[in-house]
Amino acid sequence: MKNAKLPAILVGLSVVGVLGFLAFGSMGDNLVYYWSPSELRAAADGGAGGMVRLGGLVKAGSVRVEGTKTVFTVEDHGASVEVRTAAIPPQMFREGIGVVVEGSLGPDGVFESKRLLVKHDENYKAPTDGNLSQDQTRSLEGD
Amino acid sequence: MTRNLLITGALAVLLQVGGMVAGLTLSPPEQHMSDLVRIMFVHVPVAWAAMATFTVTLVAAIGWLSTRRWGWDHLLDASLEVGVVLGVLLSVQGSVWGYPTWGTWWTWDPRLTSVAVMVLSFLGILALRAFVDDPDKRASWSAAASILAWGSVPFTYFCVKVMNSLHQKQTPWGAMAPEMLRVLLLNTGTVTILTLWMLVARYRLARVELQRELDT
Repeated sequence: MKNAKLPAILVGLSVVGVLGFLAFGSMGDNLVYYWSPSELRAAADGGAGGMVRLGGLVKAGSVRVEGTKTVFTVEDHGASVEVRTAAIPPQMFREGIGVVVEGSLGPDGVFESKRLLVKHDENYKAPTDGNLSQDQTRSLEGD
Repeated sequence: MTRNLLITGALAVLLQVGGMVAGLTLSPPEQHMSDLVRIMFVHVPVAWAAMATFTVTLVAAIGWLSTRRWGWDHLLDASLEVGVVLGVLLSVQGSVWGYPTWGTWWTWDPRLTSVAVMVLSFLGILALRAFVDDPDKRASWSAAASILAWGSVPFTYFCVKVMNSLHQKQTPWGAMAPEMLRVLLLNTGTVTILTLWMLVARYRLARVELQRELDT
């Protein structure tokens, strides 16, 4: 009967451990999942150097490729930040979509990022005029 | 009794298969994420079912603490286990959907973190129940813990509205194509039926378990 309790105690302890880690570890120093460009700009010097997540919309016409890196501008209503990332953009990446990038603001004012995540908004629409968007065309081509 | 459970369970599974076939065939692809949107037809209903089930846990906990009738403890036991199963399923579906759309299986954004806290809290209560021998104490302790743990349910629901997160917000009426909404509502119905069936089946099991425990 004592032995039958051991798995339960182990599960209980791991749960307490993971909850503690969640409460004090991963979220402890930074309760905000990402900063908007305005918030990063408002932090001024504070924004430079530290590892943060930056979230906003990819500015139309700003996406270009520099060697192996993708460069684009992330904007919100008030501010914009230029981002350079070595990450391979997820399939849904496009101009106007929400993104979250992880990295830090360099001394040259460009946000250097190793990680690029794409947000999906809460709208679900059928393809207009019966055609799929460019993303789908790209995926069909195996890109 | 068992035969009725088998028949209704088979029917519930059949209905769910029907809902899933509808999700794969009746809905158009989404304009940006194409066929990946089909995961939404089971992900959203499972999220609803998980949070509703944990709310059943809350009701059962209050019921037990105020009446001390064993039925409430059976319901508590059943809803804890069904809710945890749904919560794990929810996270797996989210990961499978998140990797091709977001570009990651997991990230510590408010929604994903709060779901993890919610599922782990209730899993912890299941563990607590397993190592308390006295049925009366087991019922009371797990009921008290369940009331505390339920706080994670509204937090999970509302966090995307008020905090920056990678996970999208709730879709308002009208922001989803009607031909997708129909399929989503159908699946919400079938997942709810399946969840109710699991609750009934697990409730009966809990009743038999306690009876055996008291007899020995």
